[in-house]
Amino acid sequence: MARSLRKGPYVTHTLLDKVMAAKASTKKTVIKTWSRSSMIIPDMVGTTIAVHNGKTFIPVFVTENMVGHKLGEFSPTRTFKGHGGNRK
Amino acid sequence: MARLAGIDLPKNKRGVIGLTYIFGIGRSKAAEILDLAGIDHETKVMEWTDENIKFIAKMLQDDLKVEGELRSEIQTNIKRLMDIGSYRGIRHRKGLPLRGQGTKNNARTRKGKRKTVANKKKATK
Repeated sequence: MARSLRKGPYVTHTLLDKVMAAKASTKKTVIKTWSRSSMIIPDMVGTTIAVHNGKTFIPVFVTENMVGHKLGEFSPTRTFKGHGGNRK
Repeated sequence: MARLAGIDLPKNKRGVIGLTYIFGIGRSKAAEILDLAGIDHETKVMEWTDENIKFIAKMLQDDLKVEGELRSEIQTNIKRLMDIGSYRGIRHRKGLPLRGQGTKNNARTRKGKRKTVANKKKATK
């Protein structure tokens, strides 16, 4: 079910603070976050956010098309390297 | 004979059903269109007057996305998902279900016909 519009998009406070700080400073820094469920908002466009996948941080460069998606969608949690006999 | 949105000409069917032959129009949309056009749902497609057809054709032109236009929109949406590298895009690329369904068994709609794996070991009892 869709989230109520009244609440606005979900972004954790800590992440929001970091994004704003990164925007204020001109230096390009990678923002680490565990908050996979945070939505990508227009303010994040152009930043690189390292999203935790349970093991490592996957750097995600946020583009305009990604707005409205959740950060976790860009940091896969599973690895599948194919089945054993798939050599031919 | 009614020719709407390009190639579609279903003939001696009831209006509501006939319209569903157009890609992008289902039962409820068809009923909506007929109500707006003031045509009885039971009227056969062949019995529509020219004005009726003109009205519907105009509606399809202006208010609705059907056939090719709709198909290309769907394709661009899918392409967007693939280009931004989201989970759903990756699943599209691999031809696997997108919405968290299991793939141990079934999922044949997405995966297509079964491909038998040669020399797959049988479970030893």
